[in-house]
Amino acid sequence: MTAFVALALVLVAVVGTLVVVIQDPLRQALTVSLFGILLGILFFAVQAPDVALSEIVVGAVALPLMILLALAKIRGGTR
Amino acid sequence: MTRRTRQRLFLAAAAVVAAVLAGGLAGLPSFGHATAQDGRILDAVSVPERHITDVVTAVNFDYRGVDTMGEEFIFFAAVAGVILLLGAQPDEAPGHVADAATGRWVPPTSDAVRVLGLALVGPTVLFALYVIAHGHLTPGGGFQGGVVLATAVLLVYLAGEYQHLHGLYPDRAIEGVEAFGAAGYVVIGLAGLALSGSFLANWAPLGTVGHLNSAGSVPLLNVVVGAEIAAGFVLLLSAFLHQTLILRRARAAPGAGR
Amino acid sequence: MSVLAYGVAGWLLLVGLWGIVNSRNLVHQVICVSVVQAATYVLLVAVGYRAGAVAPVFAGVRVGTVAVDPVVQALCLTDVVVGTTVTALLLALVVQWHKRTGSLDPDQLTGRDESD
Repeated sequence: MTAFVALALVLVAVVGTLVVVIQDPLRQALTVSLFGILLGILFFAVQAPDVALSEIVVGAVALPLMILLALAKIRGGTR
Repeated sequence: MTRRTRQRLFLAAAAVVAAVLAGGLAGLPSFGHATAQDGRILDAVSVPERHITDVVTAVNFDYRGVDTMGEEFIFFAAVAGVILLLGAQPDEAPGHVADAATGRWVPPTSDAVRVLGLALVGPTVLFALYVIAHGHLTPGGGFQGGVVLATAVLLVYLAGEYQHLHGLYPDRAIEGVEAFGAAGYVVIGLAGLALSGSFLANWAPLGTVGHLNSAGSVPLLNVVVGAEIAAGFVLLLSAFLHQTLILRRARAAPGAGR
Repeated sequence: MSVLAYGVAGWLLLVGLWGIVNSRNLVHQVICVSVVQAATYVLLVAVGYRAGAVAPVFAGVRVGTVAVDPVVQALCLTDVVVGTTVTALLLALVVQWHKRTGSLDPDQLTGRDESD
């Protein structure tokens, strides 16, 4: 159990760093979705199912959705 | 200052912050040995006192219901802000629906996506209602269920076109639902004030532990919060989609750089 | 183990701040703000953890079983909601800014032209 928590923590740190390092917002949107899912897994491992549910629906669905819609508007250009 | 100077300044400041953080975090109880007593007390007391088996929901909607009211109104204000920011500005007018990334041929939605999306809408709505209704029994609650409900609406958009989403509901109705959710929270709190003497007191009959109609006013609060969050996220989605797909610049804004 | 748990929270905070300071794109900056918020989620949930305990849900579990701290989890739930709303507002601001000025460079927000 502790090994699983430790693994989840390390993965969260790694993917969090990746989110910052990736400069292209489109790739970042998908990485942040993965980050949300990994955070959800971490929260499950630490016995916090309510928080994990929230983080998964928000971080994997709502947040990348808003980012992608904002990017679609931005890339549509001014016309 | 140049970028390099800013980076070096940040690294120096980050070293100081890291040192302070390390000192502060070292004072926390060791990981795995939480010492806070109020959590222990609430774990022991929630089921006999309030007949709620999900203690996190009990804290959110019963013991610290005022904090959740603040959170709901932060969300309400943010949705209002986004709608204002992304609504039609004076120099914009609705055009016809088009994919905003011009110069790209957008393939029509494939049949597989269409079928899967539509097939998932029903189970998603059902699951969302389950999560909202069982918030006081099992992990879940108004917020989580509300977002899943908004996801069901998003599935309609993904499976079809924007017109299908827009024709699904009038905007006024969704705004009404969101307002009902936000106001409903306050009304239930005031009912607690009228019936039990304190705002957001648990006033409804407590029922049997483990049944759907237990825990007093907490399921009611779950329902109104779920309604508000679902409607709020649908409004957010609509505002972004409207801005992206519908609104076009009628004339160039003065001084806009292109 | 404490070092790992609290260290990850501190690391996410500093890495997110680095992303904000060093960013060349407004949307990238907004996403780094959400990484900083994730640091607070990890810290809150880590503070409440008890090794070998169950989740604070007593449906079918005997009352009195050692469970993790539910108060910090409730705080974390509110934190997640507020984080989402902040990100939504920031993205709406970025979209409007891009429409008005056509650029996504944070350095141009100050009105000064930055060159490396």
